[in-house]
Amino acid sequence: MEFPILSVILFLPLAGGLGLLFFPREAKQPMKVLACAVALLDLALTVWLYAAYDKSAGQMQFMERAPWIPSLGVQYLLGVDGLSLPMVILTALLTFLSLLYSVIVEERVKEYFFLFLLLETGMLGVFLALDLFLFYIFWEVSLVPMYFIIGVWGGPRREYAAIKFFLYTLAGSVLMLLGILVCYFNMHPHTFDMLQIARVQPLQGLLRLEGLVFWAFYIAFAIKIPAFPFHTWLPDAHVEAPTAGSVILAGVLLKMGGYGLLRVSLTFFPASAAAYAGIIGGIALINIVYGSLVALAQSDLKKLIAYSSIGHMGFVMLGVAAASTKGLDGAVLQMFSHGCITGALFLLVGVIYERTHHRDLWRFGGLGKYMPVYCGIFMFMGLASLGLPGLSGFMAELLVLLGSFEMAHTRWMACVAVLGILIAAAYILWTIQRMFLGPPNEQYADLPDATPVEIWSLAPLMVVVLLIGVYPQPLLRPIDASMALLANSLAGMLSP
Amino acid sequence: MALISTEVILLAGGLTLALVGAIKELRPRAFAWSAAAICVVAGVNASAGWWWLPFEPGQLPSWVTASIAADAFAIFFAIFASLAGLVVCLSAGEYLERREIAHAGEFFGLLLLALFAVCLLAAAADLVTLYLGIEFLGISAYALAGFAKRDPRSSEAGIKYFLVGAVSSAIMLYGMSLLYGITRATSLTAIGEYLLGVGGDPTAMGAAMLVLVGLGFKVALVPFHMWCPDAYEGAPTPITAFLSVAPKAGGFAALVRVFLLALPGLAWGPILAALAGLTMTVGNLLAIPQSNIKRMLAYSSIAQAGYIIIGLSVAPLSSFGVPGVLFYLMAYLFMNLGAFAAVVAVSNSTGSDEVSDYAGLMRRSPFLASALVIFFLSLAGIPPLAGFLGKLLVFGAAIEAHYYTLAVVGVLNSVVSIYYYFNVVRMMFMRPAGGGEPIVVERALYLAVVLALVGTFALGLFPHAVIGLAQAAARSVAARAPLL
Repeated sequence: MEFPILSVILFLPLAGGLGLLFFPREAKQPMKVLACAVALLDLALTVWLYAAYDKSAGQMQFMERAPWIPSLGVQYLLGVDGLSLPMVILTALLTFLSLLYSVIVEERVKEYFFLFLLLETGMLGVFLALDLFLFYIFWEVSLVPMYFIIGVWGGPRREYAAIKFFLYTLAGSVLMLLGILVCYFNMHPHTFDMLQIARVQPLQGLLRLEGLVFWAFYIAFAIKIPAFPFHTWLPDAHVEAPTAGSVILAGVLLKMGGYGLLRVSLTFFPASAAAYAGIIGGIALINIVYGSLVALAQSDLKKLIAYSSIGHMGFVMLGVAAASTKGLDGAVLQMFSHGCITGALFLLVGVIYERTHHRDLWRFGGLGKYMPVYCGIFMFMGLASLGLPGLSGFMAELLVLLGSFEMAHTRWMACVAVLGILIAAAYILWTIQRMFLGPPNEQYADLPDATPVEIWSLAPLMVVVLLIGVYPQPLLRPIDASMALLANSLAGMLSP
Repeated sequence: MALISTEVILLAGGLTLALVGAIKELRPRAFAWSAAAICVVAGVNASAGWWWLPFEPGQLPSWVTASIAADAFAIFFAIFASLAGLVVCLSAGEYLERREIAHAGEFFGLLLLALFAVCLLAAAADLVTLYLGIEFLGISAYALAGFAKRDPRSSEAGIKYFLVGAVSSAIMLYGMSLLYGITRATSLTAIGEYLLGVGGDPTAMGAAMLVLVGLGFKVALVPFHMWCPDAYEGAPTPITAFLSVAPKAGGFAALVRVFLLALPGLAWGPILAALAGLTMTVGNLLAIPQSNIKRMLAYSSIAQAGYIIIGLSVAPLSSFGVPGVLFYLMAYLFMNLGAFAAVVAVSNSTGSDEVSDYAGLMRRSPFLASALVIFFLSLAGIPPLAGFLGKLLVFGAAIEAHYYTLAVVGVLNSVVSIYYYFNVVRMMFMRPAGGGEPIVVERALYLAVVLALVGTFALGLFPHAVIGLAQAAARSVAARAPLL
């Protein structure tokens, strides 16, 4: 029997978390070491997975199938392809780095690390599951730890932000549940198998029903992405979450929405996806332009980065709306790249907040003189965020723009989307100027520069962003293999 | 004989405990463990009876089979009743001792007799047995609700429950007598055959509605729910737990039998669906402002009944309908009794049922706080817990029957319910502990909570066996349904 690598990757964090529960509350150091070790091991396994993955093949690989609830047609079905592989690597990487950064947490350590490990299993499960029942379970499982993380270790308005996040996202998820049930009952025999549903197309021809189900799924994903107008939970959740929580929230949880659009919406409902591509593209543009403009107006650094996430995820949506191979490639690459960049940016915010206990951009100034290393890293990530060529953000956004330009129905959208890049440059450069440049601010003269732990949490992300920006092929090849299959099947299903 | 032996065990056990209690006043804990043991025996017996199916129809004399349907549906509820009895008995011992409630023998005796009534009710094949079961269950429940005689709130709860229960039984009896008058039969299947043959009868619809009103009071559907919060708040907490599960289960068993066997041709589906929507919404919305956890759980139970009724309302149109009702009831047993057991534990230590006194519970008892979170998540329908599977089945039934609006109302209500459940969670995890010293949970109560946790996870992760049971039970009801 083949080694079930995916199950091990999936459940290792949970096992580690459960192991943590047996430690006494006072053994903080051993618990932190165990949690980081488990996360590092999981990351190593994902790297091994990447090495063993056949990068020229676009189909599902390493599939694991076992019957689970036969009376309902539910299977334990896992698999990885060019769409999920980058997401799995991203999840493992960001979780490890945020746990590494979290060694500074001293309050209620056991619960904190347990929740993060549980959350990691939830997120990995979403990306690995190929059975809708299993997919839904992991989708919901990732909500509960996040509620506690925001609510217990967060900022002054944490309770409000936590319950808002939970209720908002849950409302979308339950609508998705109804969509799942409709798909299930229209399959004969009833099954939750995602690959089968994509192949059989049970709702083909039932245009009204397919449209309803498409929008039910879309609302769930749109809340996660977050797409306008369902984005209002994001600024509160991000600002109030503790640093590591924001990293995971922005870096991975948002990607679940994009992943859902690609994995479910495009494959289950190609007709609706094509019919409503204009609307989705339009909303993507609102995200890009409006999100970036609101970011420009912010004075709280964390809120600025939160709104910039809305803008960048707009590019993912644009790629999905275009649905050409390049567009889809760009969407996936943008998800990976944005995860790394924004994850790093939130870690950087955490660093400065630990020292100054405020995030007001107008009160910073001249930090570059006292914290040169931090300044350097921040500038690097800022430039990546605005899409400087040579860094991953540019590569991803370029692919999205190319992909949407080559499709007739999204050509004008590509032209408008470029505005977003311009506005992003504005708010990033202005932020850098307000924070690091200008006359030195005496009150910050004693601030320590970035500590080794902080540097080690950020360095891997810098390396990845640079690598993908200069030579994206190692990641782009598997992505392209799968997205080419997806784009071709879409074109095939829509041609008369 | 094996198929009604569970009822006999419960009946005999109940009477024995009551007699012993009248003669010798033992410690409540002794009675609690004895009652729990009787429930285990009954449950094992019922499960063993499961393996004896399919049984030969000729095994029981005809005067028994005319009034009692000893089929898979009855066995399902026998197992259900045993489990409910086990968890409640384990939770009740210390509670009675701390509040110096006397006559523990009669207390547990009545409890077992009420469970006997649930089994009888679920096995009813005709109107008379049905009514007998409902009254037996009711009278036991009224007495139990008012059992803490020196607490005026308990007496008030008992009186309110009794008065409403008596009126609702009368209404239901009137509906039943109308049905008898139209069809000249008391056997449910015979009534159904007659009504199908006649092709529907407006008086029959009226009678059906009267029966619905009567049973609706028992199950606390909206707008027949007014007694519920007061009765639940006033009754001793283990009895509140019991009331939230056993009479509801009995009521649902009766509803399923009556509507599917006796009233097959009538158009009661949309009416039940509308009641379901109303019940869920009112129950969830009224739970939000509650500051007493027993009242909050009372309104939550009202809403949960709304979810369960969805399954029945679409039963003729979907194969998930009745199995959904049954599975949800089983899941509801574990999560609700577990939540109440945790409430009992907190109440034993702090003497309070106010949500604000749950502040910092995570500090004082991580076990209770974590258990409560699990039960609340399950009640709200978050996977991979039992409540989620229950909701999947009933909402799936609604979807299969194309009652899309009902399904949307249902899922949105699940979202609303998170708000008030997590109000308590917020108190437990995000507020500093006011009192201070850790809460030690007594052995039996600990066992009760652990049993409920195991059930909640087991039904959520490995539901196959119970789904199979539920489907077999549904088939056995359908087998008795009159054919066109």
